[in-house]
Amino acid sequence: MNPASFLTPVLHDTLQVSLPLFRTELALAATIVLVLLVRMLPGLRRLDSGGVALGGVLFAAWYAWSDLRSLPGSPWLVGTALPERVELFTGLLVFDPLTAFIRFLLTGVLVLFSVFTRITGIPDREDAADFNVLVLGATLGMCLMASANHLLAVFLAVEMASVPSYVLAGLLKGRRTSSEAALKYAVYGAGAAGVMLYGISLLAGSLGTVHLPTAATRLAAIGRAGFPDGAAMVLMLGGLMVGVGLAFKLSAVPFHFWAPDVFEGASAEIGGFLSVASKTAAVALLVRVALGFGMPAPASEPVPQAAAISVAAEDGQARDADRAGLAPVRSFTVAVIALLAAVTCTLGNLGAYGQTNIKRMLAYSTIAHVGYLMMGVAAAVALAGANESLAATAISAVSFYLATYLFMNMSAFLIVAVLRNRLRSEEISSYAGLVKTSPGLVVLMGVVLASLIGLPPLAGFVGKFLVFAALAEGITASAEGSILLALLVVGGLNTVLGLFYYLRVVKVMTFDPPPADRPQPSVGLVSLSGAAITAFVVPIVIFGVFWSGLYTLARLTGGLFPD
Amino acid sequence: MSQPAFWPLTLILFLPAIVAFVLSLPIIPKAREELIRWIAVATTGVVFVISLIVAVPALGGFGGAMFSVGEPDMQLVVKMPWIDAFGIEYLLGVDGISMPLVVLTTFLSVLACAASWNISKHVKAYYVLFLLLETGMIGVFVSLDFFLFFVFWEAMLLPMYFLIGIWGGPRREYAAIKFFLYTLLGSAVMLLAMLMLYFNSDVTLLSDEQLVAAHVVSPQLQAAEQAAAIAELRASGSAVHSFNLLALAAIGQMPNSPFAIAKVFGMNLEVLAFLLLLIGFVIKVPVVPVHTWLPDAHVEAPTSISMILAGVLLKLGGYGIIRICYPICPGGGLELAWLVCGLGVVSMLYGAFAALAQKDFKRMVAYSSVSHMGYVMLGLGVWSAVAGREYAWESWAQGVNGAMFQMLAHGISSAGMFFMVGVLYDRVHHHNLDEFGGIFGRMPVYAGLAVTVFFAGLGLPGLCGFIGEVLVTLSAWNYSHVYAALSAFTVILTAGYILRAIQRVYLGAEYRGPHEEALTPLTRRELAIATPLVFLAVVFGVYPQSLFEYLTPSVNQQVETLATWTRDVHDAEAAVDAVQAARDAALEHVAANSGVSTP
Repeated sequence: MNPASFLTPVLHDTLQVSLPLFRTELALAATIVLVLLVRMLPGLRRLDSGGVALGGVLFAAWYAWSDLRSLPGSPWLVGTALPERVELFTGLLVFDPLTAFIRFLLTGVLVLFSVFTRITGIPDREDAADFNVLVLGATLGMCLMASANHLLAVFLAVEMASVPSYVLAGLLKGRRTSSEAALKYAVYGAGAAGVMLYGISLLAGSLGTVHLPTAATRLAAIGRAGFPDGAAMVLMLGGLMVGVGLAFKLSAVPFHFWAPDVFEGASAEIGGFLSVASKTAAVALLVRVALGFGMPAPASEPVPQAAAISVAAEDGQARDADRAGLAPVRSFTVAVIALLAAVTCTLGNLGAYGQTNIKRMLAYSTIAHVGYLMMGVAAAVALAGANESLAATAISAVSFYLATYLFMNMSAFLIVAVLRNRLRSEEISSYAGLVKTSPGLVVLMGVVLASLIGLPPLAGFVGKFLVFAALAEGITASAEGSILLALLVVGGLNTVLGLFYYLRVVKVMTFDPPPADRPQPSVGLVSLSGAAITAFVVPIVIFGVFWSGLYTLARLTGGLFPD
Repeated sequence: MSQPAFWPLTLILFLPAIVAFVLSLPIIPKAREELIRWIAVATTGVVFVISLIVAVPALGGFGGAMFSVGEPDMQLVVKMPWIDAFGIEYLLGVDGISMPLVVLTTFLSVLACAASWNISKHVKAYYVLFLLLETGMIGVFVSLDFFLFFVFWEAMLLPMYFLIGIWGGPRREYAAIKFFLYTLLGSAVMLLAMLMLYFNSDVTLLSDEQLVAAHVVSPQLQAAEQAAAIAELRASGSAVHSFNLLALAAIGQMPNSPFAIAKVFGMNLEVLAFLLLLIGFVIKVPVVPVHTWLPDAHVEAPTSISMILAGVLLKLGGYGIIRICYPICPGGGLELAWLVCGLGVVSMLYGAFAALAQKDFKRMVAYSSVSHMGYVMLGLGVWSAVAGREYAWESWAQGVNGAMFQMLAHGISSAGMFFMVGVLYDRVHHHNLDEFGGIFGRMPVYAGLAVTVFFAGLGLPGLCGFIGEVLVTLSAWNYSHVYAALSAFTVILTAGYILRAIQRVYLGAEYRGPHEEALTPLTRRELAIATPLVFLAVVFGVYPQSLFEYLTPSVNQQVETLATWTRDVHDAEAAVDAVQAARDAALEHVAANSGVSTP
């Protein structure tokens, strides 16, 4: 075989197709190199690595935004629209609206996070370079998670996102809790990764491929044959094992035990980063895998010429047949995700009750919110079999929820970090009577917590409303209606469950008398930190009342499903 | 498209919230408490005056918006797009049912604001929250979009939580969280029903006239524009969902309504949705057995907030039932009439007995609210109860009119009662029924006013409490003699606890409690609050027509529509089903006899 005939298409695929759509990640990678260089070169050592990182991140965010707004159907389109779905690097990754949206969210998190860490002063100057490299590296992995199209890429991306996170959790070197958190996180992570890899190998063995679209076609063929020779057993086992890895990243019950310890041990900054960025990527990955196995892939364009591992685009008829063949897979996926979602949400909320440390409480709150998000994913998978345009609405709901969740949790952790710097404490009880000295801050924290409860007119309510709407729509429109109805009821009740512990924080800050032995600090809103907190919180209110714009943006992810 | 009602309604709705926002900015220093109080009273006053000018045609209307009394349909409709993706609109409007409630809200807000003068803790925060609460309450009454309704419904919770939790009595935290939890549970259930109704609705099923009447397509458009808008709606070919309450009602009342056909959990959607919505609303009303938040909230809340709670918040539940439950899910209402009426009667009796047993003055008044709101439930419930299928809608209309009147009258009398209790509490700092007495001698003017208000609560003829009770009791007779008898019996119990309270507190030779020296006559501010309440209690009792002028046209139209619906749609479909069932049975019989098995 002539090497040129093999290389030419690969080169074409890499240089012409893949790299241009990969520029966000490239910008992040370049920033990592730059931050490292800045530290090594003598002349540049005086440069602030945080500033360098912020510059690079802004570039990446700009690229991510340019990709997002060039999606077909976008009202902000300038020039020609990007194709709906492109497989990158011979099918390892995929660029589609979900990729673009999640990338934009992740780079957005990074921008906010840079502001966040400047204000709260962690990391110190000495650690800054390490810290920034780790955060950028983790985000790079998360971007890959959002665009993974191949189980090998899934595994690599998960590891790439996790390993820097383990280190970040242990960043506060002198503290025992921090080291303990890092160790727990790493051990859990390694275990989950091992199980996941085993699951991937089981799937690879029975399907002959781990390229998701191809696997879906094979799975459909097996499904049409009625899962002969105990194939179902192996496939279910493989699927569940892959699910273990995803559940770990999502911190879904029963793989959530690491989350409270890590959030408590790590600094509030890292907590904010992990709770937002890592969950965003994990939810996107869950969508990828669940829909990847549950639905035949839409036509990808251009079809890679090195089609060694990719199937040619199917025509509509074959696609419908495959979709029907995958019905049992979808039912299974929906049942598993729905069960995990219900349990995760409920236990997350119940677990938060007894917490005295605000970061632990926020960890459980994160777990609960992941539960709501998984409900949306369950609705999307269930609807995908029945009506793809309705499934697109469900995916948009999840995307919207993720976007609002970003502001809510970032604000919460920012306030916690600012208060930590003043109070030297992260116990909820130490916030007693704060309203007397810092009324503005307490009002903003109240807004954030009310939004986390899901009270209108705040963004958290809209996110929840959209997810519940997707579930309600699925009750009559999908085959798994009864499961979705149960989820809807569980979700509704959980809103009430969540009320108690969020409100307790507000109660302590407002109703309780301040400690007698020392004055509470006064954090005015007319200060750098106050202004930053306000800037983080204002979108929660704006997107709660005028959410048309953000929803239009989230709607773009519905382009995951072709019309 | 010019909408004359846009500014007046928007101003009534959002002026309190805007002032609250401005107050919360550090423009006015916290220490200027007197100024803040005056700003708040002025705001509520302005809102009240605007709402009054809009409501009473004799005053000439405000900015081109004038409520026309006697017109049964929705008026002063404001329609603006809000969230296009879900068809959510900024849709406001008032009719004979909601207009009086809006005025009641703005009126009680002024009084409650004035009654807050002795609040001295965090004055600024108090008035900010109070004004936000007012916007929430008005919003619920004027929203015609279910989503908007829900937003306002929930937006009231947080201000109320803080108002009870910070400025309340000793067990304020417990009372505040209990109030919040109960109501949030109700809203969660309501949200489920709202989503199910939304996704089963389809406005393209409606006729062109109905679309215009329901303001899906604005009647303010030119005929050609209307036709274009309607064509656009129908062009999509798929279902167009809606949160528009009027459109949902029209869909719920049409033959073969999607709400009647859809099944969830093996239950008709209209029955399930009615039940879920009812749960959400009766928690607010409240009825036994979900009333337990109310005595706690009332006892712990400051006087002014008790006035708002009893005067307005409880009415939200009743309003929700009449505006949302029945018109949208008439089938559910018909099927569950026994439940609504039963809850009403149980609340009535239980509330009255519980009030009899109270030693705490304020708690007694709180339980009297449970009892009085039971009449509202019974009055609304007999609506759907058709005695012998005679479709005699006059009798239902009497019940509903009675319930609506009872709501408004109770708004006056209960706010008055709580204020009277508060006046005493401000002086002697206790609510213990056994430690009063002789107030008539010490504070004659106050005692005279108070006794009038308590008699209004008792339902003495000539005062406002009488009319509603008697109409409800009379109309209940046609539904169930037992219920009517029980509701008449409750009047005796009411007399029992009110007279007992009057005797223990106001009569007697001497005051038997602490702080005797503090029993000073009413201040001018207190007099200014008490007088209008007493005045209205008398006016509505002597001349109830003043309210019925507003209520009756809208109530009667709705009841008549639903009565017709029962005959033409519900019973007709039932008859068809019965014929079908009989035919099936006959075929079965024939098949069995001939020895051939049917497929």
